[in-house]
Amino acid sequence: MSNVTYISGKEPHSREHRLIFRNIDRKGYDPGLKCYLKDGGYEQLKKAVTMEPKAITDEVKAAGLRGRGGAGFPTGLKWTFIPPTNTKPVYLICNADESEPGTFKDRYIMHQDPHQLLEGMAIACYAVGAKLAYIYVREEFPHAARILEEAIAEATKAGFLGKGICGSTFDLELYVHRGAGAYICGEETGLIESLEGKRPYPRIKPPFFPAVLGLYMSPTIVNNVESLCHVKHILAMGGAEYAKLGTPNNTGTRILCVSGDVQKPGYFEVQVGKVTLGEVIQDLCGGLKPGRKLQAVIPGGSSAKVLRADERFKLKRGDEMVEIGLEDIPMDFDSLAACGSMAGSGGVIIIDDSRKISWVLNNINSFYAHESCGQCTPCREGSLWMKKISDRIVAGKASPDDVATLESVANNIEGKTICAFGEACSWPTQSFIRKFREELVADTREELAGVPVNHETTLAAANLKN
Amino acid sequence: MSLSVPADIEKEIDERITHYPVSRRSAVLPVLHILQRHFRFLSEDAVSWTAAKLGLEPIQVLEVVTFYPGFRQEAPGKVHIRVCRTLSCAMAGSYELLDNLCQAAGIDASRMGHHHPFAVSKDGRFSIEFVECLASCGSAPVCLVEDELHERVSPETAPDLLARYS
Repeated sequence: MSNVTYISGKEPHSREHRLIFRNIDRKGYDPGLKCYLKDGGYEQLKKAVTMEPKAITDEVKAAGLRGRGGAGFPTGLKWTFIPPTNTKPVYLICNADESEPGTFKDRYIMHQDPHQLLEGMAIACYAVGAKLAYIYVREEFPHAARILEEAIAEATKAGFLGKGICGSTFDLELYVHRGAGAYICGEETGLIESLEGKRPYPRIKPPFFPAVLGLYMSPTIVNNVESLCHVKHILAMGGAEYAKLGTPNNTGTRILCVSGDVQKPGYFEVQVGKVTLGEVIQDLCGGLKPGRKLQAVIPGGSSAKVLRADERFKLKRGDEMVEIGLEDIPMDFDSLAACGSMAGSGGVIIIDDSRKISWVLNNINSFYAHESCGQCTPCREGSLWMKKISDRIVAGKASPDDVATLESVANNIEGKTICAFGEACSWPTQSFIRKFREELVADTREELAGVPVNHETTLAAANLKN
Repeated sequence: MSLSVPADIEKEIDERITHYPVSRRSAVLPVLHILQRHFRFLSEDAVSWTAAKLGLEPIQVLEVVTFYPGFRQEAPGKVHIRVCRTLSCAMAGSYELLDNLCQAAGIDASRMGHHHPFAVSKDGRFSIEFVECLASCGSAPVCLVEDELHERVSPETAPDLLARYS
């Protein structure tokens, strides 16, 4: 354990605590089974198949593991939602559709340590009683799909998958299913529709909670890659011991993916809540670029509400409320929620003062306009309207009223759609406008106030001298 | 049916269908992936062939093809390049990278749009597409050339990147 060395220049930061990423960038480590076994691989699966399935779920619950895909829902609790009276087959799907802008962790696991994921999945399948499982890999990860299929073949040959796993009566068929480039497939019911061979239109909950009516209308558990890997470590450490990592209600480790305007962007596995946003920027990422000032941070993937650099936040510390600045926010689920945003998928995007806020918002709006599945009217129409309006602001062809119109479009999407994409696409606009209204209005043109938007206006605006 | 699927490809498809013991329809995406890999894009015949193979109506396959950005209904260039457009890559210069790649490949970027997400060079050697987040934000800007991810591609090096695939 202690003699793990890493590729020169890719050593973990001293603030990191590596469980899931222990073998990422590790010197001499390869994705083959032999390498995995040499390191104690599949020992937890061997132990799991001798346990009562419920005992495994209890360990995951005791560990306090919260889903690492975005919603932060307790994983163990999710598993218990399968109706106790169920007689249908149960399925498990690993959500490897990693596509929330700002997030880049799962590919490294699949490329460099695929058996860790397979072991975590096999243990989870045993716990929930699934005999058929899929890994839904986004299409843009062709190597991950190939590496996983090779790993599945190796593991099956060695008796860690397939029939009578590790000498028990537990059977598991596991396959890789490739997506085809649609963000909405990361939404679990959209993913299920996609796996059924259809357009990934999310299903409405209720009644279609996957744990009750999921794949093929059977109970289905959908968990993120990182979450499933944690299951293996929870079993190795014991739930109570795992729960000592991190902070209460925000246990364990998680991988933060930092990108944007910092000196050293990258991935960092840290104990949840044990580092602050300021430490992420200053210590882990080597600070901002020379001469630059922090303007904003998107702390949990592009759908997380933006935080403004000079904002003040009220957080509960023990029994008292304290006021803190952005740099003192602990990177955990509850703190970021209390600050009005979310920990989401762990994707932290740093924005310095060289960026025009209208340009940043417009980039995000373009993403959601492209990715709306089109099933619900408010989102299908609204996400495009938001893009069009922010296009106008960026182009200097917007009137000051456009900012309010943009906000009202966002307000009319949130809460009015079948799936959480409605929130995902409206939260950036709502939060950017709330926190950067002056900056956005400054990019509009007073002389266009009250002028109806039509082709002629656009042309007229285009002819306006700067 | 005018789509001529070689025996080894059909064998691969048949094997892939066995991964879905509960429903053959689930194999729509994997079958289309295999056909697209072989034919480079999905023609109407490929849609009909897939439908017949899986016992579906052609519309059940076509609606899938038209929804997912990963499926193409037109032939790409010999080397298909996907440049990431989303925030972290855009901040690192992906718009400039796209422009430089298009210029170096002789591609008219103005021909890209909703109905034609990518444009092909006149000589047919390259096609370029501006795509959404490729999940490699920490090493932005990135692009996917066929199956290979290229990281930290500074816009000035666009011609060098193309030269590696010439």
